[in-house]
Amino acid sequence: MSDQLLVSTRKGLFSARRTGRGVWDLESVAFLGDNVSLVQHDPRDGAWYAALDHGHFGAKLHRSRDRGATWTEIGVPAYPTPPEGHVEKDFLGREIPWRLIRFWALAPGAASQPGLLWAGTIPGGLFWSEDHGDTWQLVEPLWHMPERRKWAGGGADAPGIHSICVDPRDGNRVAVAISSGGVWITEDLGKTWAAHTRGMRADYAPPELVEAPESQDPHHMVQCPGAPDTYWIQHHNGIFRSTDSAMTWTEITGVKPSVFGFPVVVHPKDPDTAWFVPAIKDERRIPAEGKVVVNRTRDGGRTFETLHRGLPQAWAYDLVYRHALDLDASGERLAFGSTTGSVWISENGGDDWLTLAEHLPPVHAVLFV
Amino acid sequence: MPRVSFTRNLQRHVACPPCVVAGATVRESLDAAFDLYPLARGYVLDEHGALRQHMAIFVDGEPVADRRALSDPVPASAEILVMQALSGG
Repeated sequence: MSDQLLVSTRKGLFSARRTGRGVWDLESVAFLGDNVSLVQHDPRDGAWYAALDHGHFGAKLHRSRDRGATWTEIGVPAYPTPPEGHVEKDFLGREIPWRLIRFWALAPGAASQPGLLWAGTIPGGLFWSEDHGDTWQLVEPLWHMPERRKWAGGGADAPGIHSICVDPRDGNRVAVAISSGGVWITEDLGKTWAAHTRGMRADYAPPELVEAPESQDPHHMVQCPGAPDTYWIQHHNGIFRSTDSAMTWTEITGVKPSVFGFPVVVHPKDPDTAWFVPAIKDERRIPAEGKVVVNRTRDGGRTFETLHRGLPQAWAYDLVYRHALDLDASGERLAFGSTTGSVWISENGGDDWLTLAEHLPPVHAVLFV
Repeated sequence: MPRVSFTRNLQRHVACPPCVVAGATVRESLDAAFDLYPLARGYVLDEHGALRQHMAIFVDGEPVADRRALSDPVPASAEILVMQALSGG
């Protein structure tokens, strides 16, 4: 069970601690005033990584080896210099800069790969570090893949990699998900990549492109650590699940109050149990009927329970982004944070929720550590 | 020799007090300043060495013309200010 929660917000990295049964308190803040877009924990060595987006000053990365007591700025990925005169545009004709805009995913390598880290970024570059983030290299085969040019912005002006699943059985197998650009998997530590979107569909695309890999807009992808053949995706178009290592995907339909949303988490051992935070799609992006709820399935998506005990059920317009829902290693404790600065925690798999905060800055991400 | 000063808002992240450096262009002067404060480079310039979009450099009160190569010449007694470009309220 995890007794500490990190909350990445527009104005700092907050820490909350469990002080008793059902009692959690905010206890400290780091980087107060700065935009902390993401935080990641490396279970192999205990290090924490915080990605900052300073706006004027660019994206930065900091590492802590003492659970947040002190932070050290480390290296950031550099995009290659484009060929002279090269102006890259996405398939809608919008310019894509070859420049680090934002960290959108951080993931440690497998247990057998100490020091190896992956970073997914906007505008679509995947980087890796072999020295705990001190230096970074672009995964060139993915960046130079012709299909990458068909990725487009979705959730941001430029495409970005927001989900990185390192296979716990084989660290050379890495799956990444892109908004908007589908799911791509390498089996050889990044040398070659293949699309893995069979079964997905994108109703928002022109008819000819509904099933194209690059049309798919997975909002978030997770892999079950204890049953790694199973992946879940909260897609722009709905919920998809794979039970064959992402070779094929099955659409989950009939989900109330909405099949749209951003985050998904899967139980660490039970691949059939997953949680979502539904919202009304596209034109509104608010909770249905002003009620904040969490959807849970325990049977692989055949049925869902809509959980609401302890959550606001009127006049609530909290939107929860893709990294702002987390589950601890026990599979019992959940937390999520919203764009309006609320954070809720559950100690019983989502049946009951307590309010940690209502007035934080907009929440980008939460993480149990 | 030109004097390079960085916005106070940058000092919150990286210590980089004003410095007097040798340089005949903005690029040469900044490179010399970044030799003193290596961490500041990535806050002012992007990975290709161009001025970040929301940053501004003034030489004796005039904004630099070449934001990419930073080739503007600087007089020996120049005051080079590295500022944030105003954006938003």
